[in-house]
Amino acid sequence: MTTGDEGFDPVFNDVENETALPIGHGEFMRAGPISEQDPLVPEGGEALSSGGNLRRMYGVFSENKLAVVGVGVIIFFLLFCFVGPHVYPTNQTDAQYALQHSTQNAPPGNGNPLGTDENGFNILGRLMFGGQASLIVGLASALVATVFGTLYGAISGFFGGWLDSLLMRVVDILLSIPVLFLLIALVTIYHSSETLLIVVIAFVSWLVPARLIRGETLSLRIREYVQAVRVMGGSRNRIINRHIIPNAVGTIVVFATFQVADSILLLAALGFLGLGVPAPNTDWGTMLSNGVQAAGNGYWWQIYPVGICIVLVVIAFNYVGDALRDSLEVRLQQR
Amino acid sequence: MTGYIIRRLGQAVIVVLGVILFTFVLAQLIPGGEAKAVLGPKATPTTVAQFNRRNGLDQSTLLQFWHYLDGIFHGNLGYSYKYNQGVTQVIMERLPKTLTLVTASVVLALIIAVPLGILQVVRRNKPIDYIATGASFFFYAMPDFLVGTLLIIYFSFDLKWFPVAPPSDASAWSVFTDPRAFVLPVATLCVTSIASFSRYMRSSMMDAMAEDYIRTARAKGASNRRVLYGHALRNALIPILTLLGLSLPAIVSGALIVENVFNYPGMGLLTVQSAFNDDIPVVLGTTLVITIATVIGSLLADILYAVADPRIRLGST
Repeated sequence: MTTGDEGFDPVFNDVENETALPIGHGEFMRAGPISEQDPLVPEGGEALSSGGNLRRMYGVFSENKLAVVGVGVIIFFLLFCFVGPHVYPTNQTDAQYALQHSTQNAPPGNGNPLGTDENGFNILGRLMFGGQASLIVGLASALVATVFGTLYGAISGFFGGWLDSLLMRVVDILLSIPVLFLLIALVTIYHSSETLLIVVIAFVSWLVPARLIRGETLSLRIREYVQAVRVMGGSRNRIINRHIIPNAVGTIVVFATFQVADSILLLAALGFLGLGVPAPNTDWGTMLSNGVQAAGNGYWWQIYPVGICIVLVVIAFNYVGDALRDSLEVRLQQR
Repeated sequence: MTGYIIRRLGQAVIVVLGVILFTFVLAQLIPGGEAKAVLGPKATPTTVAQFNRRNGLDQSTLLQFWHYLDGIFHGNLGYSYKYNQGVTQVIMERLPKTLTLVTASVVLALIIAVPLGILQVVRRNKPIDYIATGASFFFYAMPDFLVGTLLIIYFSFDLKWFPVAPPSDASAWSVFTDPRAFVLPVATLCVTSIASFSRYMRSSMMDAMAEDYIRTARAKGASNRRVLYGHALRNALIPILTLLGLSLPAIVSGALIVENVFNYPGMGLLTVQSAFNDDIPVVLGTTLVITIATVIGSLLADILYAVADPRIRLGST
């Protein structure tokens, strides 16, 4: 079956080639001044994070104005959601209290800078509160998906043969299921809690990194330094953990950044469908969905602020991912 | 080309069998078993045992899978206790509506995106190119539920041009009886596709323009128009077919959102409603059927690709 791959998805193979950056390199490539402060490790080909490359990467990255803005937006939202509630404390959990002590659907102003929602919760505070869930689920599920996908892809690519065919067929099969249908089937069977949402979103997201890392591993395992380790009697675990995964780290980091944006969007979509973080907690998608139900009444403050939050965070992570990819590629070109 | 198609067909069959196995495994993994899910938390061990015996759930897993597989090939996807109807009947009422929605928006996306991509190449690095690039990045980043919501607010509530939702009895043919209800869902669904297709069309056209045969065509004195439409476009269109096949699962996912935004009675709305009702057989059934439809769609796109590309059509494999 592996022979059919060229015909099966030419575009995807393209992506693999494009992102399969052999960013790791042996000690030959290490910048001079660095080796003084960092004694040579007696192993060929381990990816050492040399300060010179990091500095160059940082240079390329910071040239990209959009990415710098993106990092700023991400930091802003992290502070807004996690520090904000301490600076601007609001009641977000006691629905009873909110119903009695504040007006429902109040327009902005009068102690509620962004108005209130249909339960009388302060929307500015709710954005922080819901943002916590969106960001935590987004970051955590991207992390889980990336780690699992990386290991899966590395094993598949490294061992090759029938195991590789079998593992990749599983990926093909799961990838052919439209992601939201798969997500809803999982949420229906395992009723959603915040922790479970992380697992479920990770379950639909590890497939792409598994493919990317497999492609990367296939190209890495025939490199001279990996073969040298093998000849010297290095174990398979050692080759995968110390040589292949560190050298694929660029691809992994770039993917993880994009995945955070995707995970936040997936959670927002689930929330929008009413299957997000269960009450009394909330997330941005659920907030938007509640706002939309009242769209006919013209309660714009229940729709636009949260919509803008989702779009800004998603675009920010995408710009940062783009810039990371560029900085890794440029480093490649400069070599 | 026969070899290519047979190989591609084999892959599709394996994927479909794999998805069937996957939905079966999912049904096995329901916490408390299918009986608990259907009978509710109050079920006694006796009623559970009765239910299991009646539905063959006390048999071995392998035998159960065989019956499941057998049922699917006879068009039986199980029974919905919420609708009191076979899952197949429930789904078949909805499938054509989703297929109409997806087909209409894919066709519209191609009709808009291909000329847009060409325009960007013809006028590259001119204002129109930058505007189109900026717009496609913007719409690519916009989640489809937000696009749909904004369209409803502006065009349904404010301007009152289009109804908020299609008539509740909307059949696949409602496109012709009340096309206005169809406009916003299709528009929402194709916005993201237009963004990605036109980006791809632009780069594919740029690649084609850099090929040797373009230089040859220019050297033999072909007019600019002929080079562009006779040589570059025909070659640039081929990769779009591949992209189409690959983006089908994402477009179908988008249809699920769009159907829920606009209350459009297709597979996506059915799935979400069944998720609320804990109607697991319907959720698993829609997942299976929509995946098979998607796999067939991608297969068709790849066969078209093979037909359109002489390198594959006339190739030895």
